[in-house]
Amino acid sequence: MTRLRITIDPVACDAYGYCAELLPEAITLDEWGYPIIADGPLPGELVDLAKRAVRDCPKRAITLRENKRG
Amino acid sequence: MTRSANPTRPQGDVHRLLGHPTDLKGHIDAHGPLHVSLGRDRSWQQGLMTSLEASGLTGRGGGAFPTSIKATLACSGGTGGTVVVNAMEGEPCSDKDKLLLIRAPHLVLDGAQYLAALCRADRIVICIPIGRDSVAAAVSHALDERTRQRYTRVQEVVVRPPDRFIAGEESALTNWIESGRSLPVFRPDKGTPLRIGRRAALVHNAETLAHVALIARHGPGFFRSRGTSEEPGTCLVTISGDVHHPGVVEVDHGTPLSDIAVLSKPVGLVQALLVGGYGGAWVGPGQFATPYASIPLRTIGASAGVGIIAVLGDTSCGLAETARIARYLADQSAGQCGPCHFGLPAIADDLARLVRGHGGRDTLTRLHRRLQEVNGRGACRHPDGAVSLVRSALTVFAPDLAAHGRGEPCHHWHKVTTLRFPRPIRI
Repeated sequence: MTRLRITIDPVACDAYGYCAELLPEAITLDEWGYPIIADGPLPGELVDLAKRAVRDCPKRAITLRENKRG
Repeated sequence: MTRSANPTRPQGDVHRLLGHPTDLKGHIDAHGPLHVSLGRDRSWQQGLMTSLEASGLTGRGGGAFPTSIKATLACSGGTGGTVVVNAMEGEPCSDKDKLLLIRAPHLVLDGAQYLAALCRADRIVICIPIGRDSVAAAVSHALDERTRQRYTRVQEVVVRPPDRFIAGEESALTNWIESGRSLPVFRPDKGTPLRIGRRAALVHNAETLAHVALIARHGPGFFRSRGTSEEPGTCLVTISGDVHHPGVVEVDHGTPLSDIAVLSKPVGLVQALLVGGYGGAWVGPGQFATPYASIPLRTIGASAGVGIIAVLGDTSCGLAETARIARYLADQSAGQCGPCHFGLPAIADDLARLVRGHGGRDTLTRLHRRLQEVNGRGACRHPDGAVSLVRSALTVFAPDLAAHGRGEPCHHWHKVTTLRFPRPIRI
């Protein structure tokens, strides 16, 4: 486990859904196509994919943040 | 105690806010002149901050956040900032801030002056929505009095943002002041102080500021002499709905909900109380004895919100009223965040189907899933308020829900609503 957490800026997000394709273990989509982030810190093996999701998001809506709650 | 604190109790402490003199002369007679220390006066500032902390004052705009912590955060944002007086009062069932600014404008403005001096802000912006001209006129009159008598220390100006439910959300308000866009801003870290441009912004509800003015002058002990030890002070509550005498009352924190509701003389039997406004929660008869204060209300899944109790009589349909509120909240979404923009109308549709007796178990299951999914997924808490309200309705009106679900809707659902909406709502 890492101390990283995926955060979506809901104002910026336009439901492209690339993040959920890259990270189905951590991100699912609601019925309108907007991402829902799984609870808890991001598993270590997903960090590289998460960084790619940050880069690939067309709306720059994803950030990786330190999880303050550990 | 601050050095300017006057330990005497002002007369007529029953209605410390609403009973306060309206004109500046009466205000000064009751409290003496405004003692604020501008510039860098650490001991004065420390004294006021200690008083605010000791008073236990929490925000009266819905968040119930400790005022002293909010002030500390704003002070960390540097000098030359803005104190924003939030009198937007977007909840259709609320009248308390309008009434307070008409009855006791100097109390609210003085609270803003104290906080401006505390955080070394250099302007005060009073936000009154377009259309509320009687409130704006009362405040303008008060500002004229203050200017004429050279009473004011920091500049005070009135601005008129649009009259929408969401416009008073604090980041929407600072955003509007800065850019003219009345839209909430996504802030991943709520601990960072709000800003207008590069300067700190300290946004406070009008009622909170009135309490600040009294605490600064009479000390924290005065404030704490009313209310409960955990949640001291008085508060303003607007009572509406199925009552003979709707209006604003000033009560002690911790007064049982039922004791507040009877002040407005409910019509017939009371089926439920809507507590905290349209982003609040329904409370059933089994919990009418709950003290009106954030902590006890939280334990029953409600919140004090912005000081609202709406009474639902036994000839109204709680589900239909909730469907109307859900539709209204959906219409009032800023439309920026997908889950709120699409989710709230979908939730309102599900409720409308259930109310009409067209929705079965599948509709209810889908509604529960949507409530779960929409909660907490907006930039602001608008969708969360809607979710809280609908969830409480599904619990409090569970027997009605079962009857409507069997295709046997009650006879009251098409009755004209007794709740307040800016325009008629079709469900």
